[in-house]
Amino acid sequence: MAKVYIPLDMAAVAMGADKLAAAVTKEAAARGENIEIVRNGSRGMLWLEPLIEVETPAGRVGYGPAKVKDVASLFDAGFLAGGAHALNIGIVDEHPWMKKQNRVTFVRCGVIDPLSVAEYEAHDGFKGLKRAFEVGPAAVVEEVAKSGLRGRGGAGFPTGIKWKTVAECPPGEKYVVVNADEGDSGTFADRMIMEGDPLSLIEGMLICGYAVGASKGYVYLRSEYPIVAKVFQAAIETAQESGWLGKNIRGSGFDFDVELRIGAGAYVCGEETSLLESLEGKRGIVRAKPPLPAHVGLFGKPTVINNVLSMATIPMIMEKGAKHYADLGVGRSRGTMPLQIAGNVKYGGLFETDFGIPLGVVVNEIAGGTRSGRPVRAVQVGGPLGAYVPVSLFDLPIDYEAFAAKDSLIGHGGLVVFDDTVDMSWMARFGMEFCAIESCGKCTPCRLGSTRGVETIDKIRDGLNVDANIELLKDLCHTMRFGSLCALGGFAPYPVESALRHFPEDFRKPALEAAE
Amino acid sequence: MAGAAQYSDERAREIIAAHMGLQGPAMPILHALQKEFGYVPDAAVKQMAEALNISRAEMHGVVTFYHDFHRAPHGRHTLKICRAESCQSMGAERQARAFLDKLKLDWGGTTPDGALTVEPVYCLGLCAHSPSALYDGEPIGCVDSEKLDEIAAEARD
Repeated sequence: MAKVYIPLDMAAVAMGADKLAAAVTKEAAARGENIEIVRNGSRGMLWLEPLIEVETPAGRVGYGPAKVKDVASLFDAGFLAGGAHALNIGIVDEHPWMKKQNRVTFVRCGVIDPLSVAEYEAHDGFKGLKRAFEVGPAAVVEEVAKSGLRGRGGAGFPTGIKWKTVAECPPGEKYVVVNADEGDSGTFADRMIMEGDPLSLIEGMLICGYAVGASKGYVYLRSEYPIVAKVFQAAIETAQESGWLGKNIRGSGFDFDVELRIGAGAYVCGEETSLLESLEGKRGIVRAKPPLPAHVGLFGKPTVINNVLSMATIPMIMEKGAKHYADLGVGRSRGTMPLQIAGNVKYGGLFETDFGIPLGVVVNEIAGGTRSGRPVRAVQVGGPLGAYVPVSLFDLPIDYEAFAAKDSLIGHGGLVVFDDTVDMSWMARFGMEFCAIESCGKCTPCRLGSTRGVETIDKIRDGLNVDANIELLKDLCHTMRFGSLCALGGFAPYPVESALRHFPEDFRKPALEAAE
Repeated sequence: MAGAAQYSDERAREIIAAHMGLQGPAMPILHALQKEFGYVPDAAVKQMAEALNISRAEMHGVVTFYHDFHRAPHGRHTLKICRAESCQSMGAERQARAFLDKLKLDWGGTTPDGALTVEPVYCLGLCAHSPSALYDGEPIGCVDSEKLDEIAAEARD
């Protein structure tokens, strides 16, 4: 029986994967072909979605982007045996996009059936947890610290320190919380791993709970990801049924369960303390720190809160050892970064690579430049709170410290490419507008500053007292940056200041035409 | 929203009671209420406050904090159009504006026949297929103006 893979990934579905799967099923029945369709995650070559893969003796052959109208011709071409067709991209693992990567966190994503415990185990799944059970909680914390893993949510805080702090709290109720509120524009890595390899996240949570002495984990997922919600809930149930979640897991004496919670459209809930408030059923208002969530977290108890990618990388670190991971990367940025290439690009998708790759290589070579065919003008790195980087800084390596030195950030690893039609004063205005819409309202610099920022940029765009208003805007950015309680108000100035610094000409056009 | 049930105190009570075993049940209850009735009615908010033993003001604060929860019924269909940076890099803002102008709506508005509510959304994680949208929970990539018109027509049927 031929095995056919068609992704269930939300991006693939957005390009017609569900209809395609139905059409392939129907066509196979009509032709009397015996096939099995596996709904896998995406390989990350998103411009090829929906990408159909078929298993052949030489490896998995891909066809994409495949539409319903292509189904008949695919069968005619004998695609079930890897036959030639205009959409044939060859052996997927041999594709240059895949070959150039170093897949660590995403090693199983798109490869396995995301809801099969057996396939997960066949691809090294649960080996990390088994090793954790062997070495004991203290050694697990030590291993994670030694790996140099830093929080992939954006702040880059060392994961091992968080775990150690919670592990050292006296025994009692503790929680593991996963931040799956991936709200940054240009990012989709959390979504992809939760759709393509959800059991790796569950295993990471299990290892964490075991290491710090917690028996309950929550995943806080944004409501904008309806397909993740379905897939991840099914993954939890699958893990429960096979004894990987629940009481006395695989005879270890360790109890742990995971519950999925859905957010409600508030970007600020990606901030960890706001997320905890929301989980508790309150408004997502940011908490002042200290106390740290590691001491006083969910329901007032010690809590580890990690991003999806950080947690999903843990099983591999435990399986292969800290050194294996720490040997990848540069400087203090160890391991790999799943980059998300988005916006106006020819080849958008997920590209996991060691830290240190220059930004320009990613944009020009890997992403293939713009989809519009026009010259690249700016890349926003790190989401709506990230800086706009001009082409002149394209030799900047992807590395937390190198970006910080240029007043930029890597954040969650999203790159949004803009061509030369972008109006940077409009994007700066949008940055402030977004902050005003999403501010939780607790601190004044963020709540009022963002609205004043929009007004001031409007004046600049209208050509009113431009010099004085630019000075005022810079001063406002300074106040927001240093006076805000959390990263929303504190980082919202990054896109604005970087636009002012690198694209000053866009703020000095007389009588700007509104970009809307 | 399509297929929403008529509000009843009794049904709201049942929904609330079904979630009281959870730790921090407010968000799951609000989602369940909205799923059932298509919005979160004031009468249900009052019941929630009583069940959770918090003030109505506090409960009101929670409901109104989150963009997803509506206080009044929406159109039969909901179209969420992304206006975050990635989609803007592919001209989403201009396209969305033109679409809203054609329907004579602003963001968050509902067509006079009650067929379609158009809301902004800030990233759907479909950023390699910008511009993107979500129509009644179904993701759509590489949205163009033709597709938007198609959706508006479909919503009216």
